[in-house]
Amino acid sequence: MAFEGLSERLQKAFSGLRRKGKVTEADVRDTMREIRLALLEADVNFGVVKDFVKTVREQALGAEVLDSLTPAQQIIKIVNDELTKTMGEAAVPLNKSAKIPTVIMMAGLQGAGKTTTVGKLSKYLMENDNARPLLIAADVYRPAAIDQLKVIGEQLQVPVFDMGTDTDPVEIVRQGLAQAALQKNDYVLIDTAGRLQIDEQLMTELANIKALAHPDEILLVVDSMTGQAATDVAKGFNERLDITGVVLTKLDGDTRGGAALSIRQVTGKPIKFIGQGEKMDALDVFYPDRMANRILGMGDMLTLIDKAQKNYDEKQAQEVAEKIKENTFDFNDFLNQMDQVQNMGSMDEIMKMIPGLANNPAMKNFHVDPKDMAHQRAILYSMTPAEREDPDLLNPSRRRRIAAGSGVPIMKVNQMIKQFNQAKKMMNQMYKGNFSGMEGLMGNGISGRLGKMAMNNMVRKQKKNKKKRLKAAKHFKS
Amino acid sequence: MGLFDSIKKAFGGGQPEAAETEKYDEGLKKSRSTFGERLNALFANFRSVDDDFFDDLEEMLIGADVGFETAVKLTDELRDEVKLQNAKQADEVSQVIVQKLVDIYGEAGEGEDNTLHFAESGPTVFLFVGVNGAGKTTTIGKLAHQLKESGKTVLLAAGDTFRAGAIEQLQEWGRRDDVPVVATQAGGDPAAVVFDAVKRAKEENFDVLLVDTAGRLQNKVNLMKELDKIKRVIIRELPEAPQEVLLVLDATTGQNALSQAKEFNQTTKISGIVLTKLDGSGKGGIVLAIRNELHVPVKLVGLGEKMDDLQPFAPDKFVYGLFKGLIKETPES
Repeated sequence: MAFEGLSERLQKAFSGLRRKGKVTEADVRDTMREIRLALLEADVNFGVVKDFVKTVREQALGAEVLDSLTPAQQIIKIVNDELTKTMGEAAVPLNKSAKIPTVIMMAGLQGAGKTTTVGKLSKYLMENDNARPLLIAADVYRPAAIDQLKVIGEQLQVPVFDMGTDTDPVEIVRQGLAQAALQKNDYVLIDTAGRLQIDEQLMTELANIKALAHPDEILLVVDSMTGQAATDVAKGFNERLDITGVVLTKLDGDTRGGAALSIRQVTGKPIKFIGQGEKMDALDVFYPDRMANRILGMGDMLTLIDKAQKNYDEKQAQEVAEKIKENTFDFNDFLNQMDQVQNMGSMDEIMKMIPGLANNPAMKNFHVDPKDMAHQRAILYSMTPAEREDPDLLNPSRRRRIAAGSGVPIMKVNQMIKQFNQAKKMMNQMYKGNFSGMEGLMGNGISGRLGKMAMNNMVRKQKKNKKKRLKAAKHFKS
Repeated sequence: MGLFDSIKKAFGGGQPEAAETEKYDEGLKKSRSTFGERLNALFANFRSVDDDFFDDLEEMLIGADVGFETAVKLTDELRDEVKLQNAKQADEVSQVIVQKLVDIYGEAGEGEDNTLHFAESGPTVFLFVGVNGAGKTTTIGKLAHQLKESGKTVLLAAGDTFRAGAIEQLQEWGRRDDVPVVATQAGGDPAAVVFDAVKRAKEENFDVLLVDTAGRLQNKVNLMKELDKIKRVIIRELPEAPQEVLLVLDATTGQNALSQAKEFNQTTKISGIVLTKLDGSGKGGIVLAIRNELHVPVKLVGLGEKMDDLQPFAPDKFVYGLFKGLIKETPES
């Protein structure tokens, strides 16, 4: 299968290795080959891979790695750390001009998602910075590109400056900036036409716009599905424009996004944002460590937690926890939970972020049908309040009625009740600190252990944060 | 006779249909030179046949966007082949490799049908599908122009009711090409638009109906179902249609192309691929990848921004160009 993660590849390489008393150079070579292939498979540029593997090899040859009991995990850790390091240690915020307006200019190939990103970015700025942006429509080439920006502007209630398609883009930008100065807009976002990095004429146009507008940010918008060509594109644009950052789009697809690594490596410029959906709020800050996990097919627990925190009602969660503890968790709570989970996004997306499930070949054909959730909901709604509160009431006759009421076969009703009871039992166990029932959830073998590693990592981070918070609170008191 | 031999013959017997090939040559100049140069550079650095050489070869193939699977498979086969033929000199090795590449390419393409199919009577329907930003609307705009030039009556259906400005974009193409567009307001039901379009195509006897759809990532279950519905609507109204379901694929896409082809094929049974932006990717290898990994014929290629830069795909000419200068002109024995 084309999409197996690094963990699996490494497991293969190490399965033979474990039986040996001593690890040889040749074994290391095999391992490095697997790493190389895994990265190439994730669309990382082959030149970048070469350098990368060299660095990893040097580290992996250290005695403590190969002598350790878990060389596979040690090496994954090295790769993960190195990936994170290569992509920049921390998230990089947008540049902001000392005096208004902050000018942000977009550049990129056709169909990368520049116009959509302009919309998302202005929404982001309005929400996080109370910005009053002005959008400049400088794409005069693609049919209806200006209309597209105008529609987005309307949706977001952001003014769009355009002069039709007959004016030189440089002139449009000049007048647009003048208008921004007049209206005292604090952000100006310039949408430009898509172009090939080898198109001399159009690249000169971009350079002219740059010379005129002195943008504080030149964001290269790149499709995350881009393959080996990503380096050429990034290099081309960077050489002409000296970009200040990158936006990686369409990451809500099932691409591994190795392009992120390639681009960062050849340009040295930070990836600032990622686009993860078609809606206007689907723009997120880029976190290198999370991307590293994704490229390796290790899931993205942190984003999942972020999302959960954003959408989860803490008080309700507390109540649920209480109920789990008392083992009085009922269908009403289940319904509530379902609502909250759905707020976090589609099940597919959530599953992908769980370590061991992302890019797990067993999960490859697993699609959670959004309809399934609807069916479950229908079943739940077909129960009487008494039944929802006390699942034990559900005798066969009641089940038949529920099946008829919700329009599903009785099999499905039984299935759901069984699942509910299992989940309830598991949650209760988990609450008591017994994780043994969870193992199946996290996949088997190495992916399971990997999952645990990620879990532990996460718990550590959370503890650290908590400590920080406590410290800050103490500080505040005294 | 394998493809390799016929190409070799072509080298011996002068250029095949020189004039016709010219446009092709021009558009793919960059792809070709990069691919050829890469191979040449590889052979220039050739010292001996060892693991490092094959690692380099593998990297070169992946770098040329031949695709991961194909590259690994090719390298493995070449490893055996070189051993089998006992090639040691740089010359011999390069011949063995090029021959193998060409033959594998020919083999995978056996029985491949690269032509667009039209209905024998009544309207022909082409359905265009693909991820966001692949170039569906632009391809339709260009194809409509060409079909009209060739004397066909063309109708466009604006099935992308989701993306801001998508309907206007297709309508603008309609104005440029002077062909009618069936559209509804933004946010409308795409299946309804398609239904109206099919009905109109039937009633007013249009030759070809080109159906645009919204870009969608292949892992979005509901959006894929919407596509399924669109196709069902077409089939219900015209049982023979759609004659072609074309997956529009950006040539710069990496491994994800495989997943795209697979998922879209599952929902809509794609009949061909339109490979866009091939002028920019600079690496022709993607065509090898599509053949070997996707098993769907490439039917159209986008070689530039101009109207007639959308070209029917001629696989033999393409491979001829790809390996130009790499095959030694040996007299036919």
